[in-house]
Amino acid sequence: MTHYTQLVVELTILALAIFLGIEVISKVPTLLHTPLMSGTNAIHGIVVVGAMLVAGAADPDLLTGWVGFIAMILAAANVVGGFVVTDRMLEMFKKREPQKKAEE
Amino acid sequence: MGQTTSNLFYLVTIICFILALRFLSSPTTARRGNWIGAIGMAIAIVVTLAHSGMHIGWRIPVGAAIGSVFGLVGARRVKMTAMPQMVALFNGVGGGAAALVSLSEFHNMAPEPGHLHGDVIVAVVASALIGAVSFAGSLIAFAKLQELIGGRPITYPGQKFGNGLLIAGVLAAGIAMIAGSEAQWLMVVVLVGASIFGVLFVLPIGGADMPVVISLLNAFTGLAASATGFELGSNVLIVSGALVGASGTLLTLMMGKAMNRSIGNVLFGAFGQVQAGAGAAAVEGTVRSVNAEDVAIMLAYAQNVVIVPGYGMAVAQAQHAVRELADELEKKNVNVQYAIHPVAGRMPGHMNVLLAEANVPYDALKEMDEINPEFPQTDVVLVIGANDVVNPAARNDPGSPIYGMPILNVDAAAQTIVMKRSMATGFAGIDNPLFVLPGTAMLFGDAKASVLKLVSAVKAL
Repeated sequence: MTHYTQLVVELTILALAIFLGIEVISKVPTLLHTPLMSGTNAIHGIVVVGAMLVAGAADPDLLTGWVGFIAMILAAANVVGGFVVTDRMLEMFKKREPQKKAEE
Repeated sequence: MGQTTSNLFYLVTIICFILALRFLSSPTTARRGNWIGAIGMAIAIVVTLAHSGMHIGWRIPVGAAIGSVFGLVGARRVKMTAMPQMVALFNGVGGGAAALVSLSEFHNMAPEPGHLHGDVIVAVVASALIGAVSFAGSLIAFAKLQELIGGRPITYPGQKFGNGLLIAGVLAAGIAMIAGSEAQWLMVVVLVGASIFGVLFVLPIGGADMPVVISLLNAFTGLAASATGFELGSNVLIVSGALVGASGTLLTLMMGKAMNRSIGNVLFGAFGQVQAGAGAAAVEGTVRSVNAEDVAIMLAYAQNVVIVPGYGMAVAQAQHAVRELADELEKKNVNVQYAIHPVAGRMPGHMNVLLAEANVPYDALKEMDEINPEFPQTDVVLVIGANDVVNPAARNDPGSPIYGMPILNVDAAAQTIVMKRSMATGFAGIDNPLFVLPGTAMLFGDAKASVLKLVSAVKAL
């Protein structure tokens, strides 16, 4: 596949992803907008893939080595923190407890 | 692992991420969705490690360990009131990582002639620029929310002009790179300039507008990740970035709508400093003050009670006491609901999280559009630490700075009790005519102490 054919494929994917994103996100109730935000935060942690490619380069020069290392720290904090904090929040959302009636 | 195989696995990651967002449409499935997203991320990480030509060395494991510890400790320790700062910080590190990846890509590709396709260099510049703005802007947003620096807007003469000049310079450097210049210092100009721009762009924005800013920075980091995807030819980055970008953009627009302000006005208006009180009709009348015992009687003999929580409630850490009060009232067969304004709190949906933490069942939390028609049938509204979101001037005083902002129509209820520390104005510095309406009474004092007094008074009845 030539470079520009691939570019067109990528642009197609981008366009579809944007519309899909709008579709899916608009179904999220305002109740969950904070977890949505921290959840999407975790998802953009996918830059960890890019950070790994830089940090894992063979024979990096000084700049690439250090930049890759720092990018790796930032991206790892993003991924781990994002998913953990989202889980912590979502755990708290509970429905009215049915056991209340049993107590009465 | 070959390219085709790894792309196939990345597709699994993409599906996991989409499912994660899809499952967020209900609180019953949301937690599972988050796990699916985490599994997708784990797959992507393992696949990347298995890439042919990947040298794991020490940078990846050590960097991952350091970052994970920071992320884990931060995520576990953060208080729910501090969630906006936390989200801003994670936004920032994501944007920073994207910008650094671009820096290294440019550094490695530029010296080899013919290596840089036009579209790749556009992606490199975009990712570096947006990532750096997001990184620096998020750190300032964090500092503001954490109150390391003042929350009030910071303005100075020539601000807009200076910012405009700066961004023009950054763009010029970027365009030179796109035009084929391979000078490394241009990349430095883009990164440093964009970082300074990020700082200057968030500094003048007031604390009340933080929900918009955080949402916008969220969108920025998504775009930066997507651009990084174009740079590396990685579909999973393109799609994930686009999903985040769509989410951040939607939330930004929603927040703007909830405040009835254009995004441009939020970003460049330095609200809360210039307009405060300008042109708004002065509020005249007398304020009626009540004591906790009277309010307790009113609440206990009511049928429908609506609680309007504001950020003041969270600051006073009164949410657990509020929940206790609601429990006591429910024992007396009072129907208690919570009215949540879209901009209650410091980020979209923040108030729901704060109340969920206090074990308030989420089915008692009502959105503005859902609860507004119910106020005429409501006996008592309890406003705790909220001000601007219940200000009727937004509906009927065209001179008010918040005119046109959708509000909770608490003045339609039979009785409104406003719990406030003093008669000070709200975050936006605007007078509230609700306080002098005949159906309104004020209960002065610290929110938590007052609610606890109400709890014991209701119990005693």
